[in-house]
Amino acid sequence: MDAIILQILNGLDKGSAYALIALGLTLIFGTLGVVNFAHGALFMIGAFCAVTVQRILTLSYEVVDETQTDFLGNPLKVKVPYVESWFGPETGAAIIDWAVPLAILFAIPIMIAIGFIMERGLIKHFYKRPHADQILVTFGLAIVLQEVIKYFYGANPIPTGAPDVFRGSFDFGVLLGFDPNAIIYPYWRLVYFSFAALIIGGVFAFLQFTTFGMVVRAGMADRETVGLLGINIDRRFTIMFGLAAAVAGLAGVMYAPINSPNYHMGMDFLVLSFVVVVVGGMGSLPGAVLAGFLLGILESFASMNEVKSILPGIDQIIIYLVAIIILLTRPRGLMGRKGVMED
Amino acid sequence: MFGLDKKDFNLFLVVAAMALLAPFILNPFPTDSALAQFNAGYPDLMQRFVIFGIFAIGFNILFGLTGYLSFGHAAFLGVGSYSAVWVFKLLGMNVLPAIALSVVVAGLFALLIGFVSLRRSGIYFSILTLAFAQMSFNLAYSVLTPITNGETGLQLTLNDPRILGSSATADGSIPVTNLLPGLEIRSAYDLVIGPWSFTFNVGYYLCALFLLLAFYLSVRIFRSPFGMMLRAVKSNQQRMHYTGLNTRPYTLAAFVISGMYAGLAGGLMASMDPLAGAERMQWTASGEVVLMTILGGAGTLIGPVLGAGFIKYFENIFSKINDNVLHGWFAFMPDGLEDFIVTIIHPFIGKGWHLTLGILFMLVVIFLPGGLVEGGQRIAKMFRKKSEGTDTHVDAKHPAE
Repeated sequence: MDAIILQILNGLDKGSAYALIALGLTLIFGTLGVVNFAHGALFMIGAFCAVTVQRILTLSYEVVDETQTDFLGNPLKVKVPYVESWFGPETGAAIIDWAVPLAILFAIPIMIAIGFIMERGLIKHFYKRPHADQILVTFGLAIVLQEVIKYFYGANPIPTGAPDVFRGSFDFGVLLGFDPNAIIYPYWRLVYFSFAALIIGGVFAFLQFTTFGMVVRAGMADRETVGLLGINIDRRFTIMFGLAAAVAGLAGVMYAPINSPNYHMGMDFLVLSFVVVVVGGMGSLPGAVLAGFLLGILESFASMNEVKSILPGIDQIIIYLVAIIILLTRPRGLMGRKGVMED
Repeated sequence: MFGLDKKDFNLFLVVAAMALLAPFILNPFPTDSALAQFNAGYPDLMQRFVIFGIFAIGFNILFGLTGYLSFGHAAFLGVGSYSAVWVFKLLGMNVLPAIALSVVVAGLFALLIGFVSLRRSGIYFSILTLAFAQMSFNLAYSVLTPITNGETGLQLTLNDPRILGSSATADGSIPVTNLLPGLEIRSAYDLVIGPWSFTFNVGYYLCALFLLLAFYLSVRIFRSPFGMMLRAVKSNQQRMHYTGLNTRPYTLAAFVISGMYAGLAGGLMASMDPLAGAERMQWTASGEVVLMTILGGAGTLIGPVLGAGFIKYFENIFSKINDNVLHGWFAFMPDGLEDFIVTIIHPFIGKGWHLTLGILFMLVVIFLPGGLVEGGQRIAKMFRKKSEGTDTHVDAKHPAE
């Protein structure tokens, strides 16, 4: 029993990332009808926002510390981050420690701006072109973004730590009445899951309870009629693109402590996220979220040693296998609507 | 001739001339000159041109004709490589059985994947093929290690049985691949004319012959009723269904044929250099053949070959250029300007080649959906229009008479 709960918990954080990326992909597909292969790159840029904020905060200058000497007997030069000299050592250190959560504030405007530029500058011209062209041009864009990041940040993963408070692990076992240390779960993953749940809830609430969201949903159902009512639906869809980019970016920011950001993490997640979207049903937002968590949990179950000993290698292919079975038996995916991308 | 009409036959002759004279064409600069770094006439690179040309021609039969965008074609190339290396390990070092087996195995594999994937079309097809290819890649990397040797990649060893050959040569090293007994794939003949040096390599000419065969077959397929049927699938599959025609056997045949081309490319790759690694199957490798085909011109005969040559040539050249070379080129400029220009170009060369490729690819998709071939046609048309313009101008004078 405890093993099962542990695997479910393990699946949640990866599932959250899948769900957030797939949610953005579905938003873009549902509103603009564009298949965005560059969405993984947005996720990666989000993660590098966290790296950038960490680097900015740790920008330092050197001071000569008279009280300490190096091994040659000269006064030691100590690097002092500007933040620490401005806010005092303790507050400064705390700010640096909280670089990743602070990066959220930094990432939101940047990701929205990138989303706007992408939509207005490039994707706008591809609405009328076939889906294959959209895939190809966004695939090209993904390569370019990836290479630009690689140029500035190098090819190696860059460790980006979570705040010290969240470094440890939480003992679920005690809480649920199992042995201590039976179910151990890092705090940051708990934070990630709650954060993802918050964002997903926020996006749904935004679409469900605001006038803006209502218009967007109406536009998703019938773009032409909404346009005839005198509403500038294109502008709202552009804003939705920015929002989807921000969701992917935030998913990336918070994922940075779980997995050190490297330039190809976007591509790695993209392939899986597309599979998630297809399993959930093209164009269905709840489907994307459901499939994201489901596949995340399935993946973590498949990586249990008990399962692996019966079906070796199943953990490597389970997601693809599920996708193939779903696509062949339930072509619309788990919660796909009728008439979306059917041919 | 050979069942081709005049235009196609001329095109075939051009390709044949290019392939057979490649050691000359690709080595225009004397060996010692400063421009020698632009030479591409050495066997390793020429083999890559031709092998990827075959791969792209095969991909084009599927994508160019039927419009089905497969994102998993590298899996067939990888399977082809693995089977070829296994032939070298078990049977002997002759390349012909290895290549034959890799084509057959890749074909069977394509039949299996195509049978499942082709039940859906559009983006679902792309994702299904992607899923299958990633599955093969992940399996080759982990569980199938006894067959694929996992991360290290499959290599020849001294302990291989090689029942028709010998496990080791007389001096105790691993035998090399050969075409006929005694005719090694790597053996080459250097022709030195004055300052120029041209290398004729057995492996390259073997690949070139296969390229010509592959190209010839693809021309025949493009011009056949079968090719017509595939184009009909691309333009309107629904209408085909309404006329009561089942298109799946046709698309499946196209898929298997293009898978066999990929297998041939993989087999040749392993014959030139007898090792095979899982990274050949990764989806970025599948993306590369998509880039080649689109860049050259999908749906055209010569486009994929051009695209493959273009990408492989510039990949090689761009990777070789570094800051020192750039400084050499722009040395005639004032120092400040020189440094400025070098700094600007720096991200696009050397390791930044993929950035250049990505930008180029985007530009092609945006402005030139027909690829290099369409670009060429447009330029040709511009010239023709000019000359036609003068013609009509002359004509306009005449009616007055």
